[in-house]
Amino acid sequence: MADVKRGNRPLSPHLTIYRPQMTSASSIMVRITGIAALILSALVVWWLLAAATSESAFAFIDTLIRSWLGDLVMFGATWAIFYHMLGRLRHVIWDLGYCLDVSVAEKLGIGMFVLATVLTIITALVV
Amino acid sequence: MVQLTLPKNSRITTGKTWPKPEGASNVRKFKIYRWNPDDGQNPRVDTYFVDMDDCGPMVLDALIYIKNKVDATLTFRRSCREGICGSCAMNIDGINTLACIYGMDEIKGDVKIYPLPHMEVVKDLIPDLTHFYAQHASIMPWLETKTNRPAKEWKQSIEDRKKLDGLYECVMCASCSTSCPSYWWNSDKYLGPAALLHAYRWIIDSRDEATGERLDQLEDPFKLYRCHTIMNCAKTCPKGLNPAKAIAEIKKMMIDRTV
Repeated sequence: MADVKRGNRPLSPHLTIYRPQMTSASSIMVRITGIAALILSALVVWWLLAAATSESAFAFIDTLIRSWLGDLVMFGATWAIFYHMLGRLRHVIWDLGYCLDVSVAEKLGIGMFVLATVLTIITALVV
Repeated sequence: MVQLTLPKNSRITTGKTWPKPEGASNVRKFKIYRWNPDDGQNPRVDTYFVDMDDCGPMVLDALIYIKNKVDATLTFRRSCREGICGSCAMNIDGINTLACIYGMDEIKGDVKIYPLPHMEVVKDLIPDLTHFYAQHASIMPWLETKTNRPAKEWKQSIEDRKKLDGLYECVMCASCSTSCPSYWWNSDKYLGPAALLHAYRWIIDSRDEATGERLDQLEDPFKLYRCHTIMNCAKTCPKGLNPAKAIAEIKKMMIDRTV
């Protein structure tokens, strides 16, 4: 591609000046929740490993997970997993060529936030 | 590469506040990005005041007012003043659009104007579009044929011609590509929404005979597949086109020909 480096030209501002969009916000949240879910899975692996190691190791992580802090983390993680799942589902719909108009895509974005929240609350009530 | 902060030479400083027009009652405040390649300083944001009773309704009218009556050094591109040339694309009130067809009544509060995001600045509101144009050239933006030239012209049915609606109207203003976060981080390898919309415009042209080659060229981890359907492109397009949809159609054709 063409060489565009000429002199000491500044880079125009981007993230800091672009008005937040429903389209980009719901998109980056899919990635953030995916990473969050990955970190959570490490916590679950730790819990299982501790169970296989010793009673005291298990007691430590088990108390941590069962504390109010653990509950809060699990609640957030549940939301993240639901949101991420809905986000991937939206990608499947898009890859089949549907719902690609801006107004529909934005509604799907709002729907993902709402539905993930509803599913998380239902899960919290059931568990 | 994702780099969230601006490089040192690009950090914005507070600029000059220019005097208000005398005797004007209906005044509006404008905050405009400035960078002069000759003074060796960082970019700054200058404040201007425009007499709305002495100015047309569009953002471009206000820029011309400032250039004529307040500060002749303010630099920007403009030509047709009716949304067909694509010259005056810039970031207005946080979104990319054409200054000539964006009404100031659509903006609440102060009017903030920056050059198109994540581009090298030539001066003030003028970004360097060299790379953007080179990417467009790389998708072969012309009719590619192999059969013998017909006696008169390459004919197309009404139905086939309709497939080009929503694509041929693109004026290459670069609003879409520079609104795309994926293009911000990977514009060296990712073609971006504008070039890909043009690629699709030729792929589905019934008269074109290089569809296979065109798809081959896009079969690459970056050129096409850095599109994550963020859809900022379609949201911001001043002509109301949908590059995200065009890109999704190319991705579908890629799958169709392998399955």
